[in-house]
Amino acid sequence: MKFSESWLRSFVNPAVSGNDFSHLLTMAGLEVEEEETVAPAFDGVIVAEVLEVKKHPDADRLNVCRVNIGREEPQQIVCGAPNVATGLKVPCALPGATLPGNFQIKIAKVRGIESSGMLCSAKELGIAEDASGLLILPADAPVGQDIRSHLDLDDRLLTLKLTPNRADCLSLTGIAREVAALTDTPACYPQVATTPVTIDNRRDIVLDAPEACPLYCGRVIAGVNAKAATPDWMKRRLERSGIRSISALVDITNYVMLELGQPLHAFDNTKLEGAIHARLASTGEKILLLNEQTLSLQDDVLLIADDKRPVAMAGIMGGEDSGITLETTEMFLEAAFFAPKAIAGRARRYGFGSDASHRFERGVDFGSTRVALERACQLILDICGGQAGPLCEAQATLPARPPVRLRRSRVAKVLGVNFTAEQIETIFSRLGLGFVRNDDDFLVTPPTYRFDIEIEEDLIEEIARLHGYDAIPSPAPRARLAMLPQTEDARPLFRVRQILADRGFQEVVNFAFVEDTWENDFAANTAPIRLANPIASQMSVMRSTLIGGLVANVITNLKRKQNRVRLFETGRCFFRDALGQPVKGFRQPWKIAGLAYGSALPEQWASPTRAVDFYDIKGEVESLLAPVVARYEKTIHPALHPGRSARVLVNDQEVGILGELHPQWVQKYDLPLAPVVFELDLDALTRARLPKYAEVSKQPAAFRDLAIVIDQKLELQALIDGLLANRPTIVQDIRLFDIFTGKGIEQGKKSLAFRIVMQDTQRTLQDTEVDAAIQQLITYLHQAFSAQLRV
Amino acid sequence: MLNLDQIAQDAAAAFAATDDPDTLEQIKARYLGKSGQITELLKGMAKLSPDEKRSAGAAINRAKEAIESALNARREAIRKQALEARLAGESLDVTLPGRGETRGGLHPVTRTLERVEALFRSIGFEVADGPEIEADFQNFTALNTPEDHPARSMHDTFYLLDENGKVAEDILLRTHTSPIQVRYMQAHVAKYAHLETMPEIRVIAPGRVYRVDSDATHSPMFHQVEGLWIGENVSFADLKGVVADFLRRFFESDDLQVRFRPSFFPFTEPSAEIDVAFMSGTLKGRWLEIAGCGMVHPNVLRHVGIDPEKYIGFAFGMGPDRLTMLRYGVNDLRLFFDGDLRFLRQFV
Repeated sequence: MKFSESWLRSFVNPAVSGNDFSHLLTMAGLEVEEEETVAPAFDGVIVAEVLEVKKHPDADRLNVCRVNIGREEPQQIVCGAPNVATGLKVPCALPGATLPGNFQIKIAKVRGIESSGMLCSAKELGIAEDASGLLILPADAPVGQDIRSHLDLDDRLLTLKLTPNRADCLSLTGIAREVAALTDTPACYPQVATTPVTIDNRRDIVLDAPEACPLYCGRVIAGVNAKAATPDWMKRRLERSGIRSISALVDITNYVMLELGQPLHAFDNTKLEGAIHARLASTGEKILLLNEQTLSLQDDVLLIADDKRPVAMAGIMGGEDSGITLETTEMFLEAAFFAPKAIAGRARRYGFGSDASHRFERGVDFGSTRVALERACQLILDICGGQAGPLCEAQATLPARPPVRLRRSRVAKVLGVNFTAEQIETIFSRLGLGFVRNDDDFLVTPPTYRFDIEIEEDLIEEIARLHGYDAIPSPAPRARLAMLPQTEDARPLFRVRQILADRGFQEVVNFAFVEDTWENDFAANTAPIRLANPIASQMSVMRSTLIGGLVANVITNLKRKQNRVRLFETGRCFFRDALGQPVKGFRQPWKIAGLAYGSALPEQWASPTRAVDFYDIKGEVESLLAPVVARYEKTIHPALHPGRSARVLVNDQEVGILGELHPQWVQKYDLPLAPVVFELDLDALTRARLPKYAEVSKQPAAFRDLAIVIDQKLELQALIDGLLANRPTIVQDIRLFDIFTGKGIEQGKKSLAFRIVMQDTQRTLQDTEVDAAIQQLITYLHQAFSAQLRV
Repeated sequence: MLNLDQIAQDAAAAFAATDDPDTLEQIKARYLGKSGQITELLKGMAKLSPDEKRSAGAAINRAKEAIESALNARREAIRKQALEARLAGESLDVTLPGRGETRGGLHPVTRTLERVEALFRSIGFEVADGPEIEADFQNFTALNTPEDHPARSMHDTFYLLDENGKVAEDILLRTHTSPIQVRYMQAHVAKYAHLETMPEIRVIAPGRVYRVDSDATHSPMFHQVEGLWIGENVSFADLKGVVADFLRRFFESDDLQVRFRPSFFPFTEPSAEIDVAFMSGTLKGRWLEIAGCGMVHPNVLRHVGIDPEKYIGFAFGMGPDRLTMLRYGVNDLRLFFDGDLRFLRQFV
């Protein structure tokens, strides 16, 4: 809502001004979003009349003018403007004046002729871009008057960012009412007299949808001159409120809307047939609007129609072929109340909006519908002439304003401040809220212009607003102390993230909606969860894996010459699942994914450079999961190299995968090297376990190394599982410490070297026992895996 | 006895003449070995009378001690020399960089969330989480958002297609973290249904939220953190106290200006917008919008089964992205979601 402060001050003129005034509004909930001045600072410019224009003897384009500046003696001024002419009223900067840009006006000789001042264009005064000629003032402008006061150039333009509940401030009188309450200053509003009825033309009004339109007023005005000029004062106020002047009749309806908040609509009465109906559209009904858009309507759109056809989208926009034009002589002027629910969202559905819909959606004062109609009639008769017919109206049930109870104790409870009943009374009176007081109990009847006072808290907010939010103290709160749980068997997410960060990974945050090809490539998900209204095609489906985003991050960073990339992200992934909870039909687990690309270690002088590989990332996963030891099984995963991918199992449950990116994606996404990735359920990582003490043996441990040769295809896990299941009790640990293939080892075989740790908690082991234990393991390996002792 | 002094002097000079430990031991043998000069002299004493033996023995032993002492001193000197030589040879360029992995880092918004959580935990707030694909009821209806509210339109809110490609009207991407509050309150009420008076709710809820909006200052996905305190006696003054305290601690600025001004949200009444102004730095003196808040609307409490006559409290919501930008001087929101290591590494 943009408006001129001087217009506002014609209704209420508090002592506070400038930034303090803006601050006052902002702190009352009417946020001043923008403040502009109408003109830059300048002085010494007055209204002058050109008495005589003569050619300059020595310059073709200059004239020598005699100018009446309201003193006895006319001034001689040299002027170069093409439009200077005898009899014009124009702004004149007198000697001593300072124009914008600190331009000083002095008595000077121009090509030998003395000039005592300067006649000014709008641009020279900084009030418009027009530099083509002098700013021509109205013929009745009083000579000698300061131009700033003549054009009201000390005015300021304020733009309010109003919250949707404050539709009552979408008008000058509404803002004036608020300012009066805030500053406790009296306000005066336009006096509206009843229009004398001089003709009998009328139209019947039929309310077919009384809930959507419970009040409709209209009146015929005949013999109007639609071509009459809009008065300058009205034009100026409209323009300063951001509304372009169009024609007198349109300007008047806009003016009254700004002044009183009631949108009006003017029909050409000769284009209407029969009665006026306020009815709902039938599905598919068409209307051509003033903005030349033809709409096919849904059946929840309220229309104004005559007996034959729709003539306006009620409260939103008029029809193209029933509106007034410059040729109109007989008009039908509408002022109605349309319920917010009947208007809300309709205009936007069709991709537009209007000043009228903006107001009706939020709530227009149904107590001043008739007043606005009378006010507009009065202005039309004054400006365009004509004769008014009788007020035609139909009324059904208007919105109720049930009284709202307010308890003084509740005010204290909500705000934490004690108000006396008298203080509350004063605030309500200033706000113009009608109330009945019974000791500490108030019964308040909200006015017709307030759509946001329905419950006690709404009134409490009004009290707080008038009192000032700033004036409410902000003490340190008191509460009962109770310690928060510190569950030791859960590991906080921050800790998990920190582990990865400490191990060289950088956290990223990627969008949860991704390209559907990513879902296909990295999760083989051909039926992803699709957005109904994605912002772009590359953000059209919900991700079920974090890998796509990390791969895209690598591409971005490679473009920026970052050749070693280690990233991780934690976030929810999304799956359809009939049993999903808490939102039925969806499973939304948290996942954590990491990616390493480029060299295994940061490139440096001391370590040979090699590309990061499966076992590097496996090490990361192992350390993330520690102390839990997971099992790893070969797996096939759409994102991963089939020979270099594993699933991660904890307690026989799959908790994630890891591996090298599938060569086809490495190629498709144009990556010079293969990234290695992992993705784990975050649940598996945020579980921790309470440490439990076990006695440390005081007996010395015995170590033996054991090297065997077995089939190269045999996986280590099978061997370890078998050994652990068949070990003598003194064997505490079996550790692989070397793998060898090549020279000395038969083709298709590999050599594995284990360190066997043996210990007894109670006694020192004898060599014979140790040898026997090792022999038992060798025998088992031979029998189970045809393993040969390496010699 | 001149001879003995001479021998000791000769030995000392011979020891001093070598740097090599082996040579030193060979020289030692010349004097103290089996047929060394001193040994020979000691052997020769057998021929002497007891008196002579006593005096000669003492003299020889003195010479022997002098030689041994010279020998030990030389041994020690050579050992030291050798050690020094070795140390000098082993010297490193200590200015070369160390070996191994460098540290990564957390996302700047994670840093912020970690601090926000720590600050609120310090006054007894728990941290809650909730789904991002959310039901219309928790995201809107329970929060007192009218059926025809513009925020519900596809212009503002992301909706999903069902399996048949139709718009699923009651399922959306949460537009704020407030539905976490709703779920938390519902769970809290159920948990303490057996008690006459339920314990206070003090919780914050951080998370990712989604809105149909994308330009230089809006991202279609961004972060929010929501706070909620419900009890028997929690007022607007408490809200001001908690939030102002938080902002001053978060920005580590005791002179941070904080103001509350009336605003409107469907789920709070009275409602306020919170602005801050710094007293120094590039943003000095400008009011910056930082959060929305208010007293929880009685309808919201009723929707989750809490009696608004008995319990009362406040809620606030703020943008960790904006907090992060102000805290670290980041001027473009989009940097947070771009994965650019050159940006992210600055927050290690």
